[in-house]
Amino acid sequence: MSGNGIVIEGLQKRYGSGDTLVDALKGVDMQVAPAEVVGLVGPSGSGKSTLLKCLGAVIEPSAGRMRLGEEMIYDNGWKIRDLRALRRDKIGFVFQAPYLIPFLDVVDNVALLPMLAGERNGAARKRAMELLEALDVGHRAKAMPAQLSGGEQQRVAIARALVNHPPVILADEPTAPLDSQRALAVIAILNDMARQYETAIIIVTHDEKIIPTFKRIYHIRDGRTHEEAGEGR
Amino acid sequence: MISLAGRDILHGWVRFLMTGFGLGLLIGVTLSMAGIYRGMVDDANVLIDNSGADLWVVQQGTLGPYAEPSSLYDDSYRSILGMAGVARAANVTYLTMQVRHGGGDVRAMVVGVVPGGPGEPGQPGFLVAGRHLTGGHYEVVADVKAGCALGDTVIIRRNRFRVVGLTRRMVSSGGDPMLFIPLKEAQEAQFLKDNDMLLQQRRRTVQNPAFNRPNVPGLLDAIVASQTTSLSVNAVLVQLKPGYAPEAVAKNIQRWQRLQVYTRSQMRTILVDKLIATSAKQIGMFLVILSIVSAAIVAFIIYTMTMAKIREIAVLKLIGTRNRVIASMILQQAIGLGAIGFVVGKIAATLWSPFFPRYVLLEPGDAIRGFIIVMVISVLASILAITAALKVDPAEAIGG
Repeated sequence: MSGNGIVIEGLQKRYGSGDTLVDALKGVDMQVAPAEVVGLVGPSGSGKSTLLKCLGAVIEPSAGRMRLGEEMIYDNGWKIRDLRALRRDKIGFVFQAPYLIPFLDVVDNVALLPMLAGERNGAARKRAMELLEALDVGHRAKAMPAQLSGGEQQRVAIARALVNHPPVILADEPTAPLDSQRALAVIAILNDMARQYETAIIIVTHDEKIIPTFKRIYHIRDGRTHEEAGEGR
Repeated sequence: MISLAGRDILHGWVRFLMTGFGLGLLIGVTLSMAGIYRGMVDDANVLIDNSGADLWVVQQGTLGPYAEPSSLYDDSYRSILGMAGVARAANVTYLTMQVRHGGGDVRAMVVGVVPGGPGEPGQPGFLVAGRHLTGGHYEVVADVKAGCALGDTVIIRRNRFRVVGLTRRMVSSGGDPMLFIPLKEAQEAQFLKDNDMLLQQRRRTVQNPAFNRPNVPGLLDAIVASQTTSLSVNAVLVQLKPGYAPEAVAKNIQRWQRLQVYTRSQMRTILVDKLIATSAKQIGMFLVILSIVSAAIVAFIIYTMTMAKIREIAVLKLIGTRNRVIASMILQQAIGLGAIGFVVGKIAATLWSPFFPRYVLLEPGDAIRGFIIVMVISVLASILAITAALKVDPAEAIGG
């Protein structure tokens, strides 16, 4: 991917009006380059989830600008008409729980996105298999999600997020249910994938184990972010 | 694109099949109800067809002989025979009663016919065993539904009848098997009084000075004889000569004989539209209720199945799945459930219909209509679940 990864300027989000007005985001600035993994940390109620929903084009910000690669997607209003296609093609999601589709096997869980985008089943499955192999779960391609361990499920979820080669991946507490060893392994995988696919990855986390792995960290508090250098290399 | 609905069904096929099976039994009951109605109509048509009559001559102002009591003199047929266009005319009586057979009671319609061969008015059209009534007394041709075998004895009132022939599908509009006996014995059965009553009647007649005049010899005997003899029948069945219109002949008989005459189509209307109309409405109500219950069950099942997948649906929406793909998944599952239910229902209705006491006629046309209705109900029932699924906020997948 060429371009700027994801750039956010002065992003605001307000809920309610009058006496019930809440400023969840008061002017967030962020920039994540392609192939970069940054951490987004902050206490509960600081606006992490709201920011993630805005970045994921799930809720509409109240003001500000967001650029994805070369494309301005929000400039005090959506610049993209089909937000569903934007989420499908340009944004990958990794959740705290893997949320794999329980009635699809592993390879189809990953191949579903390109299929939804109109790609032929065979080509989509081939691409999914390549990713699964790269994430070392290729041998479980025909298994159902319930037959996988937690770590395997999270790797399949990462493969699903990557399968359409999105410029940005949003990961919401992806290591929360994992022990230290597996959590660090997942972060290592995300770092590898970010480099391999030139993807900007934002990881929202509370997890003290993985915070030291980030080179850059955005702290969010009371709806504002500030950046600091991390210990990661 | 893979079929999400198909994969979901395959993933939980046991639960899906069991649900479809339960729904199928309900659909089977619905199809059977429709079959019972069709059977009633068919019984009525068979009753008309097997009577071998083109016209039914009955008491004036009545809807007899099946729908209302009708009584006319048993020599009326002679004058009817003389009318233009009449080929054959025969007396017939109908009486629904309990008869005894094999130590138990059987509810039956006893039909009194003039003994003769097949094709005579009132005679059963065909036999599955034995022979028709000829000239013999105390013989009976019984429908197999009465549970009789050839040579069995059936007791009607005080008389014993031997089974000489067996018919099939000869039942009254109420579903009771028909027993054909000679006309004279049927008249006797219809109007027979017990011995005590005969004695009482004779005593009363003797004590009545108007009937027992000293100077009129033979009057008392004549009156007593008329009191203990029946000269009535319920109807005269008429067969027409070729080339004569039933309506024209009926009109002539009505005009000159002062009797009521019904053609086949009129008799069919009486049986179907009047005699079984209430039962048909009853069944219709059941069909409507069962359809509503089926729709509610499909809606509930599909809604529950959808709600169990709400997180997956949120994820699907978040990763860019179009609403129509999600709606199509739910719709396909509802249609799949309906299709399984219909197949199970059709098989169940076919298997259990012979065990119903009344004839159940499962017509292919009803099955096709039933299938379409089940599909429509399934589609309508899925609307609730689709609406709920489309309301799911993709943000639910992210949480917070």
